[in-house]
Amino acid sequence: MSRTPGKSATGAAAVRSAPSLANGPVCPAPITTVDRVQLGHGSGGKMSAALVAERFWPKLQNDALGKFADASVVQVSGGEIAVSTDTFVVQPIEFPGGNIGSLAVNGTLNDLAMMGARPVCLTAGFVLEEGLSFDVLDRVIDAMAAACREAGVPVVAGDTKVVERGKADGLYVNTTGVGVFDDALRPAPHRATVGDVILVSGPLARHGMAVMAFREGLAFESEITSDSACLVPLVQQLRMFGADVHVLRDPTRGGAASALNEIAQSSNVGVEIDESSIPVPSDVRAACEMLGLDPLYVANEGVLIAFVSSEIAVQALHQIRRHPLGSHAVVLGRVVAEHPRMVVLRNALGGTRVVDLLPGDQLPRIC
Amino acid sequence: MKFLSEYRDAQIAKAVIERIKAEATQRWCLMEVCGGQTHTIVRQGIDELLEDAIEMIHGPGCPVCVTPLEQIDKALLIAARPEVLFTSFGDMLRVPGSDCDLQQVRARGGDVRIVYSPLDALALAQRNPTKEVVFFAVGFETTAPANAMAVWRARELGVKNFSVLVSHVTVPPAITAIMEAPDNRVQGFLAAGHVCAVMGWTEYEPLAAKYQVPIVVTGFEPVDILEGMLLVVRQLEAGRHEVENQYVRSVRREGTPAARVTVDRVFELGNRKWRGIGEIPMSGLKLRDEFAAFDAEVKFGVQDLTVEEPAECRAGDVLTGRLKPPKCSAFGTRCTPEHPLGALMVSAEGACAAYYHIGRYRPEATGAAT
Repeated sequence: MSRTPGKSATGAAAVRSAPSLANGPVCPAPITTVDRVQLGHGSGGKMSAALVAERFWPKLQNDALGKFADASVVQVSGGEIAVSTDTFVVQPIEFPGGNIGSLAVNGTLNDLAMMGARPVCLTAGFVLEEGLSFDVLDRVIDAMAAACREAGVPVVAGDTKVVERGKADGLYVNTTGVGVFDDALRPAPHRATVGDVILVSGPLARHGMAVMAFREGLAFESEITSDSACLVPLVQQLRMFGADVHVLRDPTRGGAASALNEIAQSSNVGVEIDESSIPVPSDVRAACEMLGLDPLYVANEGVLIAFVSSEIAVQALHQIRRHPLGSHAVVLGRVVAEHPRMVVLRNALGGTRVVDLLPGDQLPRIC
Repeated sequence: MKFLSEYRDAQIAKAVIERIKAEATQRWCLMEVCGGQTHTIVRQGIDELLEDAIEMIHGPGCPVCVTPLEQIDKALLIAARPEVLFTSFGDMLRVPGSDCDLQQVRARGGDVRIVYSPLDALALAQRNPTKEVVFFAVGFETTAPANAMAVWRARELGVKNFSVLVSHVTVPPAITAIMEAPDNRVQGFLAAGHVCAVMGWTEYEPLAAKYQVPIVVTGFEPVDILEGMLLVVRQLEAGRHEVENQYVRSVRREGTPAARVTVDRVFELGNRKWRGIGEIPMSGLKLRDEFAAFDAEVKFGVQDLTVEEPAECRAGDVLTGRLKPPKCSAFGTRCTPEHPLGALMVSAEGACAAYYHIGRYRPEATGAAT
């Protein structure tokens, strides 16, 4: 069996452009025939963005959706409301520090909070797989109820569907939240301004590494727990600063790096962060290094990033630190006029590098 | 962290940088062999900080990057088979073969899974007796002992539904190929610490003597790499060409004999193609005949598949140090991590991806990573 490159190994036609020799020899043309969904489309990186931009947005576009924020602001008679929806497919369903139930409640409440909205109610839709044990389901519902109680937000509508064994991974949950605005706190991804100080409320990468370590059966000396938490009270700490809070973001899927990139692009500003100030717990860092992952791209579920005007930055940091969820808050970086739409990291040696959006999921390295 | 934080200490690193600048009387051209070292150098901006004293050429030490198209295509063919559960280290999943990659095979229904150890793949085989579990055994001497151990254990345990697709390469023949190249500019090597932790450095001694080139066994943290560079520069300045060991906390001259024995029992040297470089004689490891039952190429009848590397691909120029990734006309435009033209753009350790992801912001650049 002998063949040349370009001939199909698995049956699909290969699309290749003819090599241009004008600029000297070049590599062979890329694979462009992605004709179906891949896992990378769910990573929160460039593939996710392209999926939405190329397939959903052109056909479903409207003003509210067009802001690409954590939650959309919708005009209704009497004012504005915030609406957000999120679907949770985490595996394992239960992990150190939480389960899919608490995650689904906190995740959507956090998305509303990141717009400055005060959450009013939630809906929850469940896809249950035949054979899911009631023990597990009960623990998930218990965790949801506890999270709702803590936040003071009720689930006002719900739905359950059951699919055959093998058609879902235990259970999936969708939650939708509605919030209202009642003061001057109206952060948005496009409001970052040159001179803003970037605060982060706590250590990064805990959720993603907790789930990954648990899923892969990796045993570390200490158990890494998810940071899953409701950020509404932390946002409450910032209400007093009103319009001086420019952007709030909970860096979930895709991690802090993706969140900062999205903000830099939405606001058309440069973002500069200091490597030495990135807060990563030592056990999480060790797990990341073992797996060859960059903690900046690992998911968080209980951390917020705040872009605030420099005048109130010190006070805002102090306010965040007064809440237990924010006791380890630090200054992560600043907004600069240089390199608009780019996130640049300054390392301890004085070198710099660009922190880009990843194309898809981070892939563990060989060695 | 003992043996780690001190090798990341910025003050120590800055002091070593100043030493190198002070001792180098000319701009020396060094090559780091290993992809892990490339990653640290580019990530920390070490090459930039030492630009006037040292030119770093990024060597062929990323296993993902040098795996030939042929082996990738074999992997794709095997992984697409319905009875196969194909396992691999993560970064092989996006390496493009002739017309797709393992992620796309998975999206089309293939059972492709990421594992962290070949022994995990063996365990999968035991848990899934009706599936043929194949592990993509890629890497340099570093991953060879674990891969050899998996095959050895499979035979001991009588696991018949486990096989490995071998694409192992070894470092010394690559150094020979680089030094023999007519336009070679490399004057000194940082050898890969982890490879030497297994193999030791005795096989580098004749290379240093024959090509009169300093070789320093070097670790992976910023201070390791800077110390390795300093040792090479000192040799060059003094006109010496020896094998030295910077990575003393991990590497002994004889390596790890138990690991070498395991590798020798299962593998033997054979010719191997390198992506972008071509075939290098006796540069790879292949399964010994007595382990043929665990050879996925034999089991799935793909051993005769040959795929020619595209002649116009510049990966070879990058791998041999003739071309810096940003100088490639496709870099960052037609070749990006989303649409990699070659394996060098896929793995974080690939020189092209390292430059792309960790591109530098230069004030004179107009908004583009360079």
